[in-house]
Amino acid sequence: MTTLPRREAVRRLLADRGDLVVTTGLGASAYDVAAAGDSPLDFPLWGAMGGAAMVGLGLAIAQPKRTVLVITGDGEMLMGIGSFATIGLEQPANLRIVVLDNERFGETGNQKTHTAARTDLAAVATACGIGDVRTITSLGQMDQLRNDVHRATAPLVAVIKIGAEPESKALPPRDGPFLAHRTRVALLGAAQALED
Amino acid sequence: MTTALGPSWADEIHGLFRTHRIGLVSLVPDAGHQRLIELCQADPAIRTVTLTTEEEGIALAAGAYLGGVRSALLIQSSGVGNCINMLSLPTVCQMPFFTIVTMRGEWGEFNPWQVPMGSSTPAVLAASGVTVFRADSAAEVAPTVEGALQLAWQSRRRVAVLLSQRLLGAKRFTEAAR
Repeated sequence: MTTLPRREAVRRLLADRGDLVVTTGLGASAYDVAAAGDSPLDFPLWGAMGGAAMVGLGLAIAQPKRTVLVITGDGEMLMGIGSFATIGLEQPANLRIVVLDNERFGETGNQKTHTAARTDLAAVATACGIGDVRTITSLGQMDQLRNDVHRATAPLVAVIKIGAEPESKALPPRDGPFLAHRTRVALLGAAQALED
Repeated sequence: MTTALGPSWADEIHGLFRTHRIGLVSLVPDAGHQRLIELCQADPAIRTVTLTTEEEGIALAAGAYLGGVRSALLIQSSGVGNCINMLSLPTVCQMPFFTIVTMRGEWGEFNPWQVPMGSSTPAVLAASGVTVFRADSAAEVAPTVEGALQLAWQSRRRVAVLLSQRLLGAKRFTEAAR
């Protein structure tokens, strides 16, 4: 199977992103999003491993008129694998999940994950009742995916097979209150962000 | 007081959810939460989400807060341990978080496997930065929940209300499985 360069894949995914809300898993997926350009509509995790998809679901439920995109890695998604079942149950029309799958725990020494053997996260998502699931193996598929992230009317999961070579660290802000507040200001306005 | 439909304190909690604008309730079911879950599921102003494991509810609550929706998590004490690392998310980001935990493994417990997490629940929550309140009687439930909701949202704290096993009644294994 061919793989994509991760930075280029995320750059194309976020091209002309408009008011797309993005939350990420910890580690390299957060760096990829930061490298594409930091935004107040980005909420990167620096911990809470396994939580990215559910942060996305919470955002999608709270902001039904916006599209919410979760960008995470295979290790992070494996830790929150039950989230696929919860999302399959809830069918949030405005939620997209992109798994950058290098089959490795990249932050800890590139140890192999379960996807390097027999676990297929796209098949898991399908089996959990998510209807629009794709596996991406070439850059040529990215423009279509980018467009469908914006246009889809049902939950979408894409597993992008990426190379295992590490990229430079492009660090997003890591101050939690700052990250939360700027996202709330961007979504709710300055006055409401200071209330509930 | 307990009506034919269930304990009236569950109706009081549901009423507080309405007045405090709780729009999202996520849950891993427990028999002690049954009446409250049914009330929330029947309420068009509340979205309920059934989770596969309790920590999903912590991350869900964080996302909902970012998007401007107040939420509550309903779990039992055996699920508290599952939440520890995920609680770092609302703690580090200074987000409000509210949960109601039904207690097992204490007063009248039949199942010894419930006792370890039941015993450690208050300490685990406190060590994870969560302010813990407890209701031991029906009359204490509503004022405890109301104060906890106010603390969580007005002061942006992580807050848990424990509903004691004495309040809920010990699960009876010898009569009928629930």
